[in-house]
Amino acid sequence: MRPLAGTSLSDQALTQGEALTTSWRVKAEYAWDTGAAVGKFLAGLKEGKVLGVQCSGCERTLIPPRAFCELCFAPIDRWVELSGTGVINTFSVSFVNWDATRRDTPEIPAVIEIDGASPGLGILHVLGEVGEDLPTVLSKVAIGKRVQAVWKPQSEREGAITDIRYFKLVG
Amino acid sequence: MPYKNRVAVLGAGLTRFMRRALETPKELAFQAASAALRDASLTISDVDCVVGITAPDAFDGVHMNAEYFADGAGARGKPYMRSYVGGGSGVFGVINGWYHVASGDFDTCLVVAEEKMSSALPHPQGAFNAIYDQFLERPLGVNLLWIFALEMNRYMSAHGVPMETFAQVARKNKLNGMDHPSSQSGISGDFSIEEIMDSEVMAWPVQRLMVSPVSDGAGAMLLASEEFVKKRGLDPVWIEGVGWNLDTSYWTNRDLYYPRYLEKAALMAYDMAGVTDPRKEIHVVEPYDPFAYKELHHLEGLQLADKGQAPRLVEKGFWDRDTLAGIPATPSGGLIGVGNPIAAAGMMKVAEIYWQLEGRAGKRQVRREARRGLAQAWGDLMQVGTVVILGK
Ligand SMILES: [Zn+2]
Repeated sequence: MRPLAGTSLSDQALTQGEALTTSWRVKAEYAWDTGAAVGKFLAGLKEGKVLGVQCSGCERTLIPPRAFCELCFAPIDRWVELSGTGVINTFSVSFVNWDATRRDTPEIPAVIEIDGASPGLGILHVLGEVGEDLPTVLSKVAIGKRVQAVWKPQSEREGAITDIRYFKLVG
Repeated sequence: MPYKNRVAVLGAGLTRFMRRALETPKELAFQAASAALRDASLTISDVDCVVGITAPDAFDGVHMNAEYFADGAGARGKPYMRSYVGGGSGVFGVINGWYHVASGDFDTCLVVAEEKMSSALPHPQGAFNAIYDQFLERPLGVNLLWIFALEMNRYMSAHGVPMETFAQVARKNKLNGMDHPSSQSGISGDFSIEEIMDSEVMAWPVQRLMVSPVSDGAGAMLLASEEFVKKRGLDPVWIEGVGWNLDTSYWTNRDLYYPRYLEKAALMAYDMAGVTDPRKEIHVVEPYDPFAYKELHHLEGLQLADKGQAPRLVEKGFWDRDTLAGIPATPSGGLIGVGNPIAAAGMMKVAEIYWQLEGRAGKRQVRREARRGLAQAWGDLMQVGTVVILGK
């Protein structure tokens, strides 16, 4: 069989200049309008409230809020206040950063089903006060456990998902 | 059949998969396209149209990357289409090539998949963060692994799957990959279960040796109409069915334990192929395996095992390459054992089924008789399934 094409370069080939490279840095910044539904949700967070919406077609109570129901493909305009508590749907204990470098203390992302929303409907957030090493976190955190939002002080809130610092276990 | 043409596969070609290739996207595309043409014993003048496939432009830092490498894909002066559904693109490109020919508009189509992830610094993972919702998710400090780790935990918890089972999948694919000529250096090999289970925890429950690597590489496939095939008196492999489906991007509203998007894509493809009992009628399968758990998750979505049963079948050797009673899964070695240049990895999976059905897979050839096989990929915000069924 004819050998396959492709020339594999080592790390050293790049770092020691054996292979030539040309580099470029993206110059781009974005500012996104938060939109009708998410904008109202974020404004709610600034007030310390977790808001959801209700679809009159499928009667689901939805979070994150949205301007239309993707199941019924119909507009939604009924808002309800949900609570800052919920249940862990799933979680991870992450030791890597966005650039694949290693972290000493983990981040603990979780999908949290918010109380008052229809079953199974959650948001992504992070857990806190559950330990800083894997065995400790796994001894405390489990799917199905109840959690509550830990808010920033009102003066520090800016209408962002991070107005909730993290969720912690209830009790 | 509502389609004008039956569509055959006449050849496929791959480059090596590499952590960092010297060659540019154009050069990689040219090598893969040339290899597919040689495999089909055709030249570029036999090609009526071209489909180009590559995942995010952000990896290459080249906007409209598929247009940039189009010359290497042989597309100059021809109808050209890029198809793109993230990780699902490699298989989706073959689907696109299929309907170019099935439509009756073209007799041949060259499908070329190229991916060069190594150009993005400090790590291509950074380019992936832009898949997360910019209002509600990115401010939390996301990284790409989160979403897979969350899905894996949901899947393993729903069915009580031990970590050792995932390690067995990784071991199988890394062993299979040893026989693949494209396999990326250091990726395949005879890894022990202990070594895999002791590998670095990246984002629990995801561990280093259960994840596919970052890769550069390219692949291509030549498709042709029945009329073109008959004129040449060939007895080719046919595309019998295609399917694709997209679930909601509100991924925190889905139960991640089961890939609904894939069930729908698979049923679409089975329906087109006239497959009513896939567990009997699919003889070899290449499920998308960027993570060890994903192979099992996808085998269930493909209806090749009941929910929660794909892991139990691992223990019985049902998915092994040399099985006689089961369905060999990922005989190529897959993304875990060969590498994951995203679009090219999906193409590699379709090519593997093609070579298996032709009896040309060499040391990777499955032992049981294989007359029909399926290749599948997955992508976008974990929401898309793409399926191609080939038969001989
Ligand atoms: Zn609705």
